[in-house]
Amino acid sequence: MIKGRVFKFGDDIDTDVIVPATYLSTFDPKELAKHCMEYTHPDFYKTVKEGDIVVAGKNFGCGSSREHAPIALKGCGVSIVIAKSFARIFYRNALNIGLYILECPEAVDNIKDGDIVSVDVNTGVVTNESAGKSFKAAPFPKFIQEIIACGGLVEAIKQGKYTD
Amino acid sequence: MKLTFTQQILAAKKGLSEKEALSKLAPGNLILVDVDTAMSNDVTAPVAIDVFEGSGCGLCNKDNITFVLDHFTPNRDIKSAQQCKRVRDFACKNGVKNFFDVGEMGIEHALLPEKGIAKPWAVMIGADSHTCTYGALGAFSTGVGSTDIAGIMMSGKIWLKVPSAIKFNLKGKLNKGVSGKDLILHIIGMIGVDGALYKSIEFSGEGVDSLTMDDRFTVCNMAIECGAKNGVFPIDEKTDEYTLVSTGKTYPRFETPDDSAYERIIDIDLSALRPTVAFPHLPSNTREVDEVNEEIKVDQVVIGSCTNGRISDLAEAARVLNGRHVKKGVRTIIIPATNKIYLEAMEKGYIKTFIEGGAIVSTPTCGPCLGGHMGILASGEVAVATTNRNFIGRMGAKDSYIYLASPATAMASAIAGKLTGEKGLEEEK
Repeated sequence: MIKGRVFKFGDDIDTDVIVPATYLSTFDPKELAKHCMEYTHPDFYKTVKEGDIVVAGKNFGCGSSREHAPIALKGCGVSIVIAKSFARIFYRNALNIGLYILECPEAVDNIKDGDIVSVDVNTGVVTNESAGKSFKAAPFPKFIQEIIACGGLVEAIKQGKYTD
Repeated sequence: MKLTFTQQILAAKKGLSEKEALSKLAPGNLILVDVDTAMSNDVTAPVAIDVFEGSGCGLCNKDNITFVLDHFTPNRDIKSAQQCKRVRDFACKNGVKNFFDVGEMGIEHALLPEKGIAKPWAVMIGADSHTCTYGALGAFSTGVGSTDIAGIMMSGKIWLKVPSAIKFNLKGKLNKGVSGKDLILHIIGMIGVDGALYKSIEFSGEGVDSLTMDDRFTVCNMAIECGAKNGVFPIDEKTDEYTLVSTGKTYPRFETPDDSAYERIIDIDLSALRPTVAFPHLPSNTREVDEVNEEIKVDQVVIGSCTNGRISDLAEAARVLNGRHVKKGVRTIIIPATNKIYLEAMEKGYIKTFIEGGAIVSTPTCGPCLGGHMGILASGEVAVATTNRNFIGRMGAKDSYIYLASPATAMASAIAGKLTGEKGLEEEK
């Protein structure tokens, strides 16, 4: 079970906003974390705590293929990103590096910045504890569940579970 | 034919008949596919190499790996130098022959087609979002992250969700001074930055014939900017001309998909398109440049990138400049995307035109497009760029402003010192 304070963002949050390209000469999570959202939300890194939750609108993570974006969020301690939709490369990257993500438009519409939210990643149930409301995200396809269960892409390949 | 171009490529790769593919490659299905080329660069390859080496696995096929050191090269600082060294050492140790370092490199999405690595019917996966460029040649190509590249290094395969597709039915011809860049900006403005999220965008219709290969590269390059997984053009005589030079061969055509293969069909009359600009801070924030009435003063113009650093882009910029001079105070940076393009631009006299006209010409690099080096913007500055993204802080300071445009519009703006199309320039004379 994940539980944390919500940092809420809008639509089309791009990877240049999540971590500007000029910092891509490293992929150290703690270094990247220092620059996470720095251009648009300079206080984010200073206030976000281990286990906190990012909630965003549509097309989160659009733009570049940089895995540094989910790495930076994870480096900040973000436990999960809940969005209306994800840009497809960000979606793959998050799963591959073990950052939880969920698509749940209804939850996004009913969660405010600062709310306390809990998520059961096994069932996809998102609960806004501040408002006393629960929502259910669609489950991941079986193929992706298997990758997550193995602990990511590399482990899935090593365990011979990479078949269609 | 009931399969889209994208499904036809994936079916061929998996050895499926049309009938088998209709069920196995239905949109939304998750599949594993053998990869012809897995490309990564000096930003994404070091992460892939770390993940790969950490896995303890062997390299599945060193010949399907390509590394291009193009983003922060020639090395902009010590950290970038270390990143490049990491890739160079790995390539050398493992005998990776498709390794392109300074001197041989170019901007990856111009270089791979030129070298014949990107070709029709290939499955091309790159740890760079603009990998979708190669769809111009009739390849299936899409961007992923570094761990996916490590996965290909381990297994030779990639998992993909079969995309549904939008067909753009092109009619008519582009007018003079209107290019592939204007077409793709028009499309992104129309459907939005997530208008094709998870989908393919495919191009058909008589209008395709008139688009040059360079136009098609530009269009497919920016497919990602409307969220698309990939963009694809049919394989035709123009493709043949290109691949005869790059690979010494021509390739079989796609079969024409039935309209029912598509989720949505959008008609576009190319002759109705006008020079188009994307205002800050989204590529979908488009306007026709001739309709812009406010005066937007320009500090810097960049003509280059994986979107518009090809020879016909430089030709357009040189045609517009044509003996004139850029406005004093407008830093005009021209970046031929590969050495081959650089040389051709030199032989055709474009480089001379640029330098005499007050521009500078850089070695191939992604550099300023992503705020790396070779033209960073200060606070409050404005750039007109032929690049692909105008996100907040993309080219430098968080309060700088990028207007995305074609090479012709970018050069016209450099001459005028303000955002303008070629038409605006003529009116001023």
